[in-house]
Amino acid sequence: MLDPPSGVISTGGGASSAPEQYLLRLYVAGTTQRSMTAIINIRKICEEHLGGRYVLEVIDLYQQPQLANGDQIIALPTLIKKLPPPLRRIIGDLSNTEKVLVGLDLRAL
Amino acid sequence: MASQHPKPASAAASRSSEALCKSLTGIKGLDTITGGGLPTGRATLVCGGAGTGKSILAMEFLYRGIAEFDEPGVLMTFEESPLDVAQNMHSLGFDVQSMVSSRKMVMDCVVLDPEEVLEGGSFNLEGLFIRLGQAIDSIGAKRVVLDTIDSLFSCLPNPARIRSELHRLFRWLKDKGVTAIVTGESGMDTYTRDGLEEYVSDCVILLTVSVSDRMASRFLRIIKYRGSDHGKNEYPFVIDGRGIALFPITAEGLDWQASQDHISSGVKKLDQMLGGAGFYQGSTVLVSGSAGTGKSTFLASFINAACLRKERAIYISFEESPSQIVRNMNSIGIRFEQHLEQGLLRIESYRCTQCDLEQHLLNIHRVIEEFLPRAVVIDPITSLSDISSHLFIKRMLAKLTGLLRTRGVSLMLGSLTPSGATPEGTSASISSLIDSWIFLREIEGDGEFNRALVIRKSRGMNHSNKVREFKITDDGIDICEVIYGATGVLTGRARQLQSAERVAEIKQSEIDAG
Repeated sequence: MLDPPSGVISTGGGASSAPEQYLLRLYVAGTTQRSMTAIINIRKICEEHLGGRYVLEVIDLYQQPQLANGDQIIALPTLIKKLPPPLRRIIGDLSNTEKVLVGLDLRAL
Repeated sequence: MASQHPKPASAAASRSSEALCKSLTGIKGLDTITGGGLPTGRATLVCGGAGTGKSILAMEFLYRGIAEFDEPGVLMTFEESPLDVAQNMHSLGFDVQSMVSSRKMVMDCVVLDPEEVLEGGSFNLEGLFIRLGQAIDSIGAKRVVLDTIDSLFSCLPNPARIRSELHRLFRWLKDKGVTAIVTGESGMDTYTRDGLEEYVSDCVILLTVSVSDRMASRFLRIIKYRGSDHGKNEYPFVIDGRGIALFPITAEGLDWQASQDHISSGVKKLDQMLGGAGFYQGSTVLVSGSAGTGKSTFLASFINAACLRKERAIYISFEESPSQIVRNMNSIGIRFEQHLEQGLLRIESYRCTQCDLEQHLLNIHRVIEEFLPRAVVIDPITSLSDISSHLFIKRMLAKLTGLLRTRGVSLMLGSLTPSGATPEGTSASISSLIDSWIFLREIEGDGEFNRALVIRKSRGMNHSNKVREFKITDDGIDICEVIYGATGVLTGRARQLQSAERVAEIKQSEIDAG
């Protein structure tokens, strides 16, 4: 089963062998199908491409609506790549893996 | 039978509960043409091109909602930072900052850099709903402004998705029961670039700026207002240091109370020609004539008489500066300095090309509201034809005379007849607005130019029909006695001669009788 979405911080397993650490934040709204799909998708991508060098924070705006302004959230779900720069927002359920990888600078356009 | 009775009553009750409620915007002219404001609990679309005043109208609606109707409001802006908004509003005299700190207003600024955004799957705008919902609930907002919502299309991908989400947003606003203004940019062939008018169907207002002869004028038109009658014209309006001002011509009805009181023209013999006591209080008087016939002198005499009665009066000039007017009138015995010192007189000089007609009307309106005069003169009204057509000037005068009549303020207008024009000339077009019309002319003959006047019309009084010569003396205007000669009324030297002959005749007959 899925973990409860809000406030979950997952870190990849191994030590920091890679040069760049990823700080990711995923905003969702409740436990809708779209939210769940986004969470599953980003976890899968992180495990496959960022093993051991990422921090993923999942925020449910239904539970913490006051957090929407700070990160300028309009569309949901929104994945924000806070680190490494440049800052990037990937909106949607993250089912388009190619686009997500481009957004995370893991694949050239 | 008895059981059937309640039916019509309940039907009536449900009808009245369905009746459209309106929320006053606090922008007076707008509330007049909408018959009481915008539809309560619904969204109104305000559309227009860049710089037409959409944001200002929306902000004024929000600001006055708080200041005048105690209805807290939320501003969600997609274009400016809260600081910019506060500064812009401050320049209109709206202290937004204190409303935010007293928790009457929430400002939320949506900034998205489209460069940062990538679409990685299906999404919705629930984040916007959450933010807006949170802002509304935090202060119990009754009014909401979304400015300019079509910015969403430029900062997010997938326009079809945005469109369906906006549709959902407008339904959601309705469910929330907030009275909203949504602003949108005008499109090429549509009212808004992205066809927002399809979703916001209760009330649509269009703002435009049109430039003619290089003078820009703003116009407001209500495109639709579901379930309500509304003014359908393009209404000119202005934006100045105090927000939006709109004077619909229809706002001042033809239902003022006509005064029985009289007011002196300031020229004793003219009062006699008018039936003894002068004009009616609150009437509109036109003094027309070609250059140098003495229009300004008549206007100044009228104002002078009001001030001497200790009534406040305003002299509005489109030609001369206040000091020039004071100096010139001094030469004919009218002491404006005294009236100015006593606070009975205000002289306002405007260059007519400094702003558009509507702004002039607003300026005059404001001076009148501040100073509360009993008499006003405008010298000359024909200067305004430099910036506008006769039709628009007539409409502006209709608004102005309507405004003054309802307050019982008497108005005297100067009107320059161009040389070579028919006597009625430009003035005939405004004749319907005029209660009394004094026509000044020059009579040439016997090697001299003499001034004469005739009362062309004066509603509701038995006035003289004579052409009378008048002189401008050190003590003001003197209307001469009527002396008939072989060719009619004599003027100038001929009149003096005839008058002297008559005196001689009388003397002679006295001698003969003696």
